[in-house]
Amino acid sequence: MLLFRKEIMIAKQSIKFLVVLFTLTTTLTAFANGGDHENQHTKGNQVDSPDEIREYISHHLKDSHDFHFYSDNATGRHFSFPLPVIVWTSEGLRTFMSSEFHHDDAGHVIVEKDGVKLTKIHSKIHELEAGAHQVKFDEYHHAVNAHRVLDFSITKSVFGMLLAGLLMLLGFGALARSYKKGHVPTGIGRFLEPLVIYVRDEIAKPNIGEKKYRKFMGFLLTVFFFIWILNLLGLTPLGFNVTGQIAVTACLAIFTMLIYMFSGSKDFWAHTLWMPGVPYLLRIPLAIIELVGFVLIKPFSLLVRLFANMTAGHFVVMSLIALMITMKEAFGPVTSTGMSLVLALFISVIEILVAFLQAFIFTMLSSLFIGMAVEEHDHH
Amino acid sequence: MYNLIGAGLIVIGGGIGLGQIGGKAMESIARQPEAAGKIQTAMIIIGALLEGLAFGALILGK
Repeated sequence: MLLFRKEIMIAKQSIKFLVVLFTLTTTLTAFANGGDHENQHTKGNQVDSPDEIREYISHHLKDSHDFHFYSDNATGRHFSFPLPVIVWTSEGLRTFMSSEFHHDDAGHVIVEKDGVKLTKIHSKIHELEAGAHQVKFDEYHHAVNAHRVLDFSITKSVFGMLLAGLLMLLGFGALARSYKKGHVPTGIGRFLEPLVIYVRDEIAKPNIGEKKYRKFMGFLLTVFFFIWILNLLGLTPLGFNVTGQIAVTACLAIFTMLIYMFSGSKDFWAHTLWMPGVPYLLRIPLAIIELVGFVLIKPFSLLVRLFANMTAGHFVVMSLIALMITMKEAFGPVTSTGMSLVLALFISVIEILVAFLQAFIFTMLSSLFIGMAVEEHDHH
Repeated sequence: MYNLIGAGLIVIGGGIGLGQIGGKAMESIARQPEAAGKIQTAMIIIGALLEGLAFGALILGK
């Protein structure tokens, strides 16, 4: 028990440090996400046809500069709340609230801030060239006289990550504080302690080994709870899709990669670069294969697995909700709505399981790779 | 077009593989219920690796 208390103190310190590090780095990378195949919205955001549903879903899967709940088509009013926009333009830093764009996403509304004209096209903030008053588009709908700016905005995803960090600080802070009073945690700690022990006993110890697992517990616990909380946030009606942003999952995978590369033992490097017991001619191709595997393929599979699972989950839930529109003609409004509600509920319950499973798998594979790197072989 | 066919083939392969993993895991749990925990963990890890491959094909083939 005493051993466990000491461990929690170490975990507490490293969790606090890693949360700060994570939120800082992922904040910086979150602006780099997304593709450019996204279309304009219709005027009142009305969603009726399959094409509009597809647009709506692809818009939901991306990051945005405000929380948008719904729009009233009759009055054209939007029910949403804005988030701060922080951009580094050619003239320097500019900050304002995203409500100044008035939900425009096609480059129609131009916000002027101290001589810099800014507009939002496909959820990306563009700066107009000097002298331009309007955005011109070429035939592929790319802006001709506007360019992207460095975007450090508190977007929806960044807000979600900050929220997850705050929840973790509060929850684990309470857990750590309750160990000062006695051996049995109180309050939220009673829920969190079994999970911490689960990560230690089922994930870290079997994969990394009894001797060396403790150094990596901070990272593994942080990654586990960070992914799990964000996956669960994605199931709330707020519309977060943070773990479905490839920049976020890439950042997490790069963390894992750096940790196992830098904690590799002598034996790991010997086996990677100059495999013993193999003919000399084979050693060079083997070294290349091993290096590519550790540097590229393992992190890539980690990041793609989490990203694709969460994106697919959101896509399926939203498509099933859209059934009430697409099936209205065939089955009538009541049957189609009931059908889509039952199916969406069913998939959402499965998604709760997937949220945990993906966090578990990411942590499990991270510790497996770390275990491969720190392992020391017996010399025969 | 061909990339879509390739991605589809890989996803079919992934489906067959996942079925094999799940079926064999079920069988071995039925034979040795006391080892269920270990079998499940191994099953999930291999399933995840396979899933990563299939998702990679989906993303690259899109």
